[in-house]
Amino acid sequence: MFNSHGWRNLQLGIKDLMLHKLRSFLTMLGVIFGVASVIAMLAVGEGASRQALEQIRRLGSNNIILTSVKPMADEGGQPQKNSYMSVYGLLEDDYLRICETIQEVKRVVPVRLIRKMATLGARNLELRVVGTTPDWFSLVSRPVLAGRVLNDSDTDQSSMVCVLTERGARRLLATESALGQKIRLGGSVFEVIGIVASAESSGGSLQAPDQSVDVYIPLNASLSRYGRRIAYRSSGSRDLEQVELHQILVEVTGERHVEEVALAVEAMLQRFHKKPDYKISVPLTLLRQAEATKRTFNIVLGSIAGISLLVGGIGIMNIMLASVTERTREIGIRRAIGARRSQIIMQFLIETVVLSGMGGVIGIGVGFIIPLAISWLSGMPTQVPLYGLALSFGISVLIGIVFGLYPAIRAANLHPIEALRHE
Amino acid sequence: MPTPSPDPRPTEPETVIRLVGVEKIYRMGESEVRALDGVSLDIARGRFLAVMGSSGSGKSTLMNLLGCLDRPTAGCYTLEGCDMAGLDDNALSNIRLRRIGFIFQSFNLIPQLTVRENIELPLFYLGQESAASTKRAEKLAELVGLSGRLDHRPAQLSGGQQQRVAIARALVNDPAIILADEPTGNLDSKTGRQIMDLLTQCNADGKTIVMVTHEPRIAAYAHTRLFMSDGRVDRVEEGG
Repeated sequence: MFNSHGWRNLQLGIKDLMLHKLRSFLTMLGVIFGVASVIAMLAVGEGASRQALEQIRRLGSNNIILTSVKPMADEGGQPQKNSYMSVYGLLEDDYLRICETIQEVKRVVPVRLIRKMATLGARNLELRVVGTTPDWFSLVSRPVLAGRVLNDSDTDQSSMVCVLTERGARRLLATESALGQKIRLGGSVFEVIGIVASAESSGGSLQAPDQSVDVYIPLNASLSRYGRRIAYRSSGSRDLEQVELHQILVEVTGERHVEEVALAVEAMLQRFHKKPDYKISVPLTLLRQAEATKRTFNIVLGSIAGISLLVGGIGIMNIMLASVTERTREIGIRRAIGARRSQIIMQFLIETVVLSGMGGVIGIGVGFIIPLAISWLSGMPTQVPLYGLALSFGISVLIGIVFGLYPAIRAANLHPIEALRHE
Repeated sequence: MPTPSPDPRPTEPETVIRLVGVEKIYRMGESEVRALDGVSLDIARGRFLAVMGSSGSGKSTLMNLLGCLDRPTAGCYTLEGCDMAGLDDNALSNIRLRRIGFIFQSFNLIPQLTVRENIELPLFYLGQESAASTKRAEKLAELVGLSGRLDHRPAQLSGGQQQRVAIARALVNDPAIILADEPTGNLDSKTGRQIMDLLTQCNADGKTIVMVTHEPRIAAYAHTRLFMSDGRVDRVEEGG
C-alpha cells in the first residue's frame, strides 16, 4: 500500500493539515510536550550515568578510599580542654591490619599528605608532599618520564629521595636537569630520583588520589623527618594536629568484592577507632547514587511524558473526530466514487500520523532545549542519546496510529448516501 | 481475503442494467416506507434514460440502488450480467469505481483538491500510476473544455465549469454507465443546455446514461423517459 499511492496520500494529508495551520499546531502541542519530556528524561538519565562512569573511571571502580576526617569537637562544640592538639585519623596500624587481615585485597596504599615549601636555589614552590609506598605508583599508574619511582628499599631505609610530577618539576627546576638535584622540602633535603606524568586534572574531585603538582617521598621518611604532628597556621592561630595517615587506598581484586571488603574494613575500623574520624568512600556507590538520581528523574519526567502523550493523543482524536464530521460530505463523495473503507481509513490515519509525527519532530527540537536548561539550572550533566530520537519519533507515530484509528474507522463506516446528504 | 471480482463478460450483451422485482423498504420505527415497490427494468447498452417523477416517487432510491450505494430489500439487480446480490462492501466499492460514473446536482467536487486532482481521484483509488493518470486527467479536461483550469480549485469555477469537472471525473475510469442526478438542477438554462450537450456527446460515444430530472425540457434529451410514482414505474415513453 505504501508505494507512490502512499506518497500521494501523505502529500494530500499534509495539504489537508495545512488548511488549518493553527488548529493543527495546537493539536500537536500535547505530543510536542510529551516527546520533549521523553527526550529530556533520556538526556538526564544518560548524563547521570556518564558522570558516574567518568568518576568511577577516575577513581577506579575496584578501589575503596579511606580518608581521615577531623571529628566534630565531641565536647559540646568546645575546643578540647586539656590538649591543644587534635589527634585523629587513620593510623599506620590500620594500614598494617588491612594488609594482614582482609581477604580479596590486591594492594593497600597508605598516604600521608603534608604541605611543605620546596626550595631549589632561589626558587620556591609550595608542594603537597605525599608520603607513600611504591604501590602508589602501580595504583595511579602514571607513566614514568625520567629516572625511577620509589622502591621497597627506599621504604625500608627511609631514603631521602623524592619523585616529582612533571608539572611540579617544570616549575621548580625550570631548565635545569632534574635527576640528582637536591631539593629542600621544609627542613629536609631530598634527592630527585624520578619524574612521573601529572594527573590530568587537579582536585576535580576531593577524592581524586593524586594532583597535578605533587612530590612523593617514602612514607617512613615522611613520618621520621616531619614527625607525626602537623602544624597549621590559620588566621593568626596555630593548630596542631596529629595525623598519621591521611588516606588509605585499598584496591580490591575484583569489582564483585568491593562492597564486602568495604564492609569488612568498616567493621575493623569501628573496632579500633572510638571516634568517627575516618570516612569510607566507594566509587562504585557513586554509580548507585547516579542510578537513584536517574530513577527519580525518570519517574517525574516519565509521568509528565506519559500524561502529555495521553492528553496529546486524546486531543488529536478529538480534532480528528471533529474533522470527520466536518468532512462527512467529502467522505460520502469519495465513497460514491469508489473508495474502499480501507482507503478512507488510510487517508485519515495518514493525516493523524502526519500530525503526531510533526508534533514528534518539533518535540524532539524542544527536547534538545530542556536538557540544556536543566544543565544550566542544576549543573547536572545531560546528554541526548541518539536512540532517544528514534524512540520518541516512534512513540509519536504510534500515538497517531492509536488515537487516529477510531476516528478513521468512524469515517469509513459512514453510510455513503447519508454522508452525501450531509450539509 | 480476495474479493470476488464481478465477471466482466456480459451474458446478454445488449442489456447493461436489469432490475427484476426490486423492492426497497425503509423501516421508520413501527412503520414501513416502501420506497420502491416492485420495479422491473431492462436498460440496453448505449441508451439514454431519463427518470422522472414527483419527489418521494422513489427516483432517488432507484438511483442509489443503480449506483450500488444501497442494496435492495428484495428483487434482483444485474449490472453487465453480474448479480449485485450478496456482494460485500469492498466489491460494491470496486464496482462503483470501475463500472459507474456519478454526476450530482450539487457537483460534489472535493473543495481542497484542484481540478486536476478531482478528475484524477478515481484513478488514485484504482492505484494507477501518477504520470499516466495525469495525462488521462488532462485529456478529459480538454474534452469538457477546461484545459486552462487544471490548477484551479472548485470554488474558483462557475457552476457550469464545476459540473464539467464532475463529468470529467465520472468519465475518467471509462465506466459502463453514467448516473446523473439532476445534473442541471443548480444551473441556469443556458449552462444547463451546455451540460446536456456534453452528456449527449458522451452518450453518442457509447456511454449508457441514466438521468434523474423533473424538467421535461431536460428529459427531452433522453431516448426513453421513465415516469415513477409511489415506488412503481408508472409509464415509459420512447423517442427523443
